[in-house]
Amino acid sequence: MQVTVTVNGEEYTRDVDTRLLLVHFLRDHLGLTGTHWGCDTSNCGVCTVWLDGVPVKSCTVLAVMADGHAVRTVEGLERNGTLDPVQEGFVQCHGLQCGFCTPGMMLTARWLLDHNPDPSEEQIREAISGQSCRCTGYENIVRSVRWAAEHSTVEATK
Amino acid sequence: MQVPAHFEYERATSVDHALALLARWGGEARVVAGGHSLIPMMKLRLARPEALIDINDLTELSYLRLAGDELLLGAMTRHADLLASPLVGEHYPILHDAERVIADPIVRNRGTIGGSLCQADPSEDLSAAFAAIDAVAVIRGPSGARTVPVREFHTGPYETVVGPDELLTEIRVPIRPGGGSAYEKVERRVGDWAVAAAGAAIWLDGESAGGAGQPGIVRDVGIGLTAVGASHFHAAEAEASLRGAPATEENFAEAGRLAGAHCEPAADQRGPVDYKRHLASELTVRALRRAAARARGQEA
Amino acid sequence: MTTVETPMGYGSMRRKEDARFIRGRGTYVDDVTLPGMLYGAVLRSPFAHARIVSIDTKAAEAHPKVRAVITGAILDGLKLAWMPTLSYDTQAVLATDKVRFQGQEVAFVVAEDRYAARDALELIDVEYEPLPAVVDARRALDPDAPVIRDDKDGKTDNHIFDWSSGDKDATDRVFSEAEVVVTQDVLYPRVHPAPLETCGAIADFDKVTGKLTIWCNTQAPHAHRTVYAMVAGLPEHKIRIISPDIGGGFGNKVGIYPGYVCAVVGSIVTGRPVKWMEDRSENLMSTSFARDYHMRGEIAATRDGKIRAVRVSVIADHGAFNGTAQPTKFPAGFFHVFTGSYDLEAAHCAVTGVYTNKAPGGVAYACSFRVTEAAYLIERMVDVLAYELGTDPAALRMRNLLRPEQFPYPSPTGWEYDSGDYPRALALAMDIAGYDDLRAEQAAQRERWAAGEVGGTLMGVGISFFTEAVGAGPRKHMDILGLGMADGAELRVHPTGKAVLRISVQSQGQGHETTYAQIVAEELGISPDDIEVVHGDTDQTPFGLGTYGSRSTPVSGAATAVVARKVRERARIVAGAMLEVSPEDLEWEKGRWFVRGDPDQGRTITEIALAAHSSLELPEGVEGHLDATTVYNPPNLTFPFGAYICVVDVDPGTGRVKVRRFVAVDDCGVRINPMIVEGQVHGGLADGIGMALMELIAFDPDGNCLGASFMDYLLPTSMECPSWELGATVTPSPHHPIGAKGVGESATVGSPAAVVNAVLDALKPFGVRHADMPLTPAAVWRAIQGAPLRTDLAIG
Repeated sequence: MQVTVTVNGEEYTRDVDTRLLLVHFLRDHLGLTGTHWGCDTSNCGVCTVWLDGVPVKSCTVLAVMADGHAVRTVEGLERNGTLDPVQEGFVQCHGLQCGFCTPGMMLTARWLLDHNPDPSEEQIREAISGQSCRCTGYENIVRSVRWAAEHSTVEATK
Repeated sequence: MQVPAHFEYERATSVDHALALLARWGGEARVVAGGHSLIPMMKLRLARPEALIDINDLTELSYLRLAGDELLLGAMTRHADLLASPLVGEHYPILHDAERVIADPIVRNRGTIGGSLCQADPSEDLSAAFAAIDAVAVIRGPSGARTVPVREFHTGPYETVVGPDELLTEIRVPIRPGGGSAYEKVERRVGDWAVAAAGAAIWLDGESAGGAGQPGIVRDVGIGLTAVGASHFHAAEAEASLRGAPATEENFAEAGRLAGAHCEPAADQRGPVDYKRHLASELTVRALRRAAARARGQEA
Repeated sequence: MTTVETPMGYGSMRRKEDARFIRGRGTYVDDVTLPGMLYGAVLRSPFAHARIVSIDTKAAEAHPKVRAVITGAILDGLKLAWMPTLSYDTQAVLATDKVRFQGQEVAFVVAEDRYAARDALELIDVEYEPLPAVVDARRALDPDAPVIRDDKDGKTDNHIFDWSSGDKDATDRVFSEAEVVVTQDVLYPRVHPAPLETCGAIADFDKVTGKLTIWCNTQAPHAHRTVYAMVAGLPEHKIRIISPDIGGGFGNKVGIYPGYVCAVVGSIVTGRPVKWMEDRSENLMSTSFARDYHMRGEIAATRDGKIRAVRVSVIADHGAFNGTAQPTKFPAGFFHVFTGSYDLEAAHCAVTGVYTNKAPGGVAYACSFRVTEAAYLIERMVDVLAYELGTDPAALRMRNLLRPEQFPYPSPTGWEYDSGDYPRALALAMDIAGYDDLRAEQAAQRERWAAGEVGGTLMGVGISFFTEAVGAGPRKHMDILGLGMADGAELRVHPTGKAVLRISVQSQGQGHETTYAQIVAEELGISPDDIEVVHGDTDQTPFGLGTYGSRSTPVSGAATAVVARKVRERARIVAGAMLEVSPEDLEWEKGRWFVRGDPDQGRTITEIALAAHSSLELPEGVEGHLDATTVYNPPNLTFPFGAYICVVDVDPGTGRVKVRRFVAVDDCGVRINPMIVEGQVHGGLADGIGMALMELIAFDPDGNCLGASFMDYLLPTSMECPSWELGATVTPSPHHPIGAKGVGESATVGSPAAVVNAVLDALKPFGVRHADMPLTPAAVWRAIQGAPLRTDLAIG
């Protein structure tokens, strides 16, 4: 079945099997390997991307369900060579170690800040509570998001 | 990574189109909304529908509104939208309590209330919450719409009254003044399914509600139970014991005792039977206590 | 971006590797696609114990996208059906005779894409004859227990080994005359490392050159190369292991799994690269678990709280194959560091390893070779003693801790602790926590609760003081499959003064590209930004045993400092020639050799590097470059330590536990990059909360794994973790070149006991002395009822 998906602002048309998972569409068909996968049960959240402006777990969305819709991945965070403050925050506050959960965490962080530019620690923890991290104990992820909040000028949303 | 077996994909463009597709596939199709239960089951190959009918384009089923003395919730309402709705919070905080502990924020962005009810997982939270507030399900089929009380919606684990050619389209909740509601859940970890949970809605007698430290008389009450094998997610005996009685700790405790006594929990890695039975009682009491406090305006 | 100055050496430098990770440009093994690559999938046993009657692969072979179906029978013909484990046992690659755990590898399909490979598994028809399973480790040695390893000639039971340490007679003597003896059975249940990236490999065998390239997310690429050479009989120079970015390891990625071997065979058979990535269930069901120690601890003490001796017996559940990865002489790892941080007269432990119908392995998950079990046991036992004596657990520890002047301390079980100031660390932790105020708050709360306060929670304060033993290890004591536990390093300084460091260890998130550059920077005065760290490719790096057991900094970090010092000494000779003075007359300051007494006369390392490659007439002792190579054999382990305090609130009505605070004071000697050290501690503390409260692989009576997905194997989220409160003391290791100790696993080792002790402290009003992990709401509630759960078995 032919699908057309807008990914990071660019339209991609591909012939896919109906059962193809969105995460595999992004990784195997478009070569956007920044989106990872970590479980089969939509628990770990490392596959988180935006679908029509909302974070979703792409291991639990079919590529055909994204036909005609817009996806944003980690590769779409940097704009015109400028890092998103969230990306800068993760570097400054050591918000990542192995880097595997990082793309999903950053996409959720970006979404949170778009809707709540000054989130409390508790709100950040709540926002990322569906995404596992085995390295950081979450502390520095929370600090990274706070850093981004404090260093954001007028960040255009999607 | 696990992947589903082959299936045909259909995308419905309207409720009527969805019904036509269901009729065409004659029971071999599954409707997919958020997909957070169905797609993992298909990946594990525990579910193998011949076709998937995607109803995500049916935005006409995504709404939360008041109509007369009823709150109408479209079946395609995402969990996140229910949680974010001040209208829902004003009338039924139990739904916000429950939504806050359903899966996680990312899953709630995609998962729908209709999908949750139709999946009919015994540990699913909204079923008990809707049972407590005596909601009504609107089901559309080839011959039109019918309504079924949520307390009669489930016919067993993972089974509902929705026929193979039917679609759940709406949940209706009667709005009645003088009430309060709450949902209490114990899970092993944030985002986990319930070990047990209880939801309560309580309407106190208008004269004495909160007045001068009086507990008030229970005009009506609804109690729902999650994950403890309560028939239809409903604690009928506990409710009966409270109706017309003063809303006191003693009476709540008795209702809790009855809720625990009349459920049939099964042991699993979330807990043994005695613990789940205890939780059914304890959480019923806590939900009643909080619902009553809200009815009296003592708690948000 | 706010610029943070790059330190010329140690300091909280931002990580060099982050630039790719924050852009989604890391390269994990599943990100690698080779031309013509095929995909493998493993068919696994649904039974824990069953005889294989027949395997029919015809339908799978007929699938249009299937390129090969491999079974145990085919491997048997290649003498590859069984492979050696890292503990001199054998493990089935694909089952031939029996399956011995649920999830065991039975067949391997190679297909054009991953979806087709998965489909083809359903076309394989296996007939099994189920056998009774050995599930309870405590019953594994019963005379009527089914024999699991009947593949081994003459094997009539499920016994693997008996091992002991310490002076039994002396220990028994102290116990026989002790004023107080407390005994407690303590279970450290089976848990799983569960890195977010599962294990996987791509095998690419080139028939023309005979070269086998394996892309694999291994923590120990060189050890893998050597073991493949031993297993497959391929010449070692024709094997190249590339370990790309790794999405967390925690010990899960040390071993060689059957899937890797199958991918190799698949590539040899098809002539094309074959990728195999396990899914999450496969990861949790079949790859190396951790712990599963059934311990009985005893403490002998005086009535006024002087701990005199500790005695321990252990049943160690190693699963169906003894696949544990630890030094040969230590079948129970470093468990005999169980005397912990205390000054004892005597100690003894006896460990019996047994086979069960569970996944093989036996050491993984940030455990430092069983130090985790040891630290948990002694810290739990000290609290049990405090409970019985009615003393404060902090005071009891303070009284018994080793004193600074006792270091280097020879332990009763043969270790030599290198350095420590334990009372200082505990005092600091108590100070940060506000220990006395916490106890006062608790006393007041208990009074209110006893008076019938409705809906109240009970707070608990838990302490853990741990001593780690990391950096394996001294070659006279430690080897794995005969390979000494050393690590090499090569350092090249280019003519322009930029450098390339090649190391044998492999990061799984530890930030080696940053910290190893910092070590060289500290030694040579070359900016870390100008130093490239190469790792994870056996063709590009020197031999060494890899990253696990917190050994990178103690061993490879030492190698890096040593090789940099070699370069520095070469530079000295060249500088002498440049300045026309004797090298002995030169003095070093960071980045520069200068003439003693005449500081203006000097040459920077950059100037010297260029000169070494220039037309300068070369002095005696240099060959025209500054490059150097080394292998570091550690003289001893390093012994990091720490004091942890956890505060919890327990709801006795539901059994729910909320971790309110967690204070962690760690001493890992000199800190190369404090930011990274703290990050590692944070992660380990979260692990501790996970293991203490929710993580568990349990089994039902038929041997079905009850923790085979993330719906059942619960990882802690951001909501269960408090904001960590860290403190530090620095007691350098006297034998390490830069005084550093390993720290990667300290928090995982130290934190579970603090959490469990805190929960049990909260339950004290109910008379609860002990309950086993994980302390789920059900387990806590049952402990209060006086009917504790047996957590490693299915809840009945």
